[in-house]
Amino acid sequence: MEPLLTVDNLKIHFPIKKGVLSKTVGYVYAVDGVSFSLKRGQTLGIVGESGCGKTTAGLGVLKLVPVTSGTIHYDGRDISGADGRRLRALRREMQIIFQDPYSSLNPRMTVNQIINDPMEIHGVFAGAERKDRIAYLLERVGLSPEQGRRYPHEFSGGQRQRIGIARALALNPSVIIGDEPVSALDVSIQAQIINLLIELQKDFQLSYIIIAHDLAVVEYICDHVAVMYLGRIVERAAHGPIYADPKHPYTRALLSAVPVPDPKAKKDRIILKGDVPSPIHPPSGCRFHPRCPHRMEICDKKEPQLKDLGGGHEVSCFLYD
Amino acid sequence: MSEPIHSPTDALLQVQDLKTYFFTFDGVARAVDDVSFHLEKGEVLGVVGESGCGKSVTAQTIMRLIPQPPGKIVSGRILFDGRDLVRLSMEQMRGVRGNRIAMIFQEPMTSLNPVYTIGNQISEMFRLHMGLSRRESLNRAVGMLRKVQIPAPEKRVGEFPHQLSGGMRQRAMIAMALSCDPEILIADEPTTALDVTVQAQILDLMLQLQADFNTAIMMITHDLGVIAEIARRVVVMYAGRIVEEAETGPLFEDPKHPYTQGLLRSIPKLGSRGAGERIRLEEIRGMVPGLLNLPQGCRFSPRCPHVMGICREKDPPLKRIGQGRTARCWLYFDEPGKD
Repeated sequence: MEPLLTVDNLKIHFPIKKGVLSKTVGYVYAVDGVSFSLKRGQTLGIVGESGCGKTTAGLGVLKLVPVTSGTIHYDGRDISGADGRRLRALRREMQIIFQDPYSSLNPRMTVNQIINDPMEIHGVFAGAERKDRIAYLLERVGLSPEQGRRYPHEFSGGQRQRIGIARALALNPSVIIGDEPVSALDVSIQAQIINLLIELQKDFQLSYIIIAHDLAVVEYICDHVAVMYLGRIVERAAHGPIYADPKHPYTRALLSAVPVPDPKAKKDRIILKGDVPSPIHPPSGCRFHPRCPHRMEICDKKEPQLKDLGGGHEVSCFLYD
Repeated sequence: MSEPIHSPTDALLQVQDLKTYFFTFDGVARAVDDVSFHLEKGEVLGVVGESGCGKSVTAQTIMRLIPQPPGKIVSGRILFDGRDLVRLSMEQMRGVRGNRIAMIFQEPMTSLNPVYTIGNQISEMFRLHMGLSRRESLNRAVGMLRKVQIPAPEKRVGEFPHQLSGGMRQRAMIAMALSCDPEILIADEPTTALDVTVQAQILDLMLQLQADFNTAIMMITHDLGVIAEIARRVVVMYAGRIVEEAETGPLFEDPKHPYTQGLLRSIPKLGSRGAGERIRLEEIRGMVPGLLNLPQGCRFSPRCPHVMGICREKDPPLKRIGQGRTARCWLYFDEPGKD
């Protein structure tokens, strides 16, 4: 099956400007050569710690941040250079759900207006049809059509996230990018939203990219997982192998660090030394080498490339060369 | 409740029937409503619950950090070393706070003063509480930074909070909290703002220090994973009340309160999906009630899958249901409604 979305060697560098002339003195290498693909109806998870570039990569796909280089194919078409009218048409196809349901809804708009807005902008579903659609979407995400007349502040965090999901669905998109869609919610509400996302995926044939730091949530939702570290993908595989048999030393450390809600769980934890280095001056060679417990001589000299170890389980580490 | 369910004689800290309310324009928010628990010497007690359950307000009440007004400790006692902390003057409380009961917070950036160096802030503890000289205090501060495994402590001691990473700042906070060798460390979501690999470092450090200093830790968190990792005993809070108390093993193995049961079933567990199809997560229906309009009867009743008629009328008391175990639920009464 042809992937719906293919991202190839995506680079997003933010210039650092200084002085009265705003001279560029350096770059933040937020995303530095990332490739992935998304199959129709499937879910790709992008995981990593803060500053690894996972959110920037997601925004880059939607062209919500300027892309430095790389190509993006959607449904067989190269959309890397899309702008203006073409970009707008693309955004009908790809929508986003944000992390913070408090700051991502306009407080001066009623819920009806919030969901109406994308349809208004794109000029779809006119008149009574649009009204029906708003009511339908509200019901579909677990709210009542009467609640559409209220304002965002009258809702709880979980309900606001439902409103954000209804807005994302308004244009009937094919792809939804969820940037930490449940991490701001209370534990007892997270399961409701996760279940809703999974139901909607089936009913609307959606393809998801889920960006998250919670490895357990990603394991539950995603079909494929990409692990990012300092602007690069270090490991990529189907959800089964990556959790059962992680290959990259960083993935192993990351998985072993997650506190498991079971006091009897086996704990052979790998504690990493130090912090994630700055993406302004990423380490030479493999970016993980200063913290890696299996560091070899070659690691600070050459940069490893993603290599398929069989069955689509790819890892970029010299241990497997 | 007239008589506490268990009042061990060797309790280091004993909280009894504590009520902390906030008197707002919209009404009275009963943030902590009749909470009783104890902390033993050198143990790690986990306090778990969602936002608004009263876990942080409980901690702030113990430290007497409740802004007054609108907050007020309406009733209850906090017994520590033969004294009731609720009755201490602010002057007397300053001798306890930081010195014998210390606290660390979720966001180390906002709880450190940005205009003073790390060394200055840690050495203040030695100057204020122990009356040491400036130079001696600074030397001790370097020693504390070394204990919390901050590399090059002699250099770091002269740096400002913004020059440290999130994990380093939390280490500095811990160094400050432990500098006077307190008997109790209250940690309010200390790792929530940190990445998992850094969280692992900090939890590891806390357990090491707890063993070295024999400090009792009250660990407040919403993360059941963190609780399972470090707590010996757990108190579960919901809407201002304790709904269950148990040792960590039994709590996770056989949770008694429907809320605890729901929480444990609703979180996806790492490594549990395998390669197969996913099983639908169990949800707790509805949402956490607001403190200004709490439901009648049991506060969990609108969301409870086992709700009975009595639950909507009368709030159950905490009932002892085994060794060191209590639950606030009518399911465990022979005659629900009669306490």
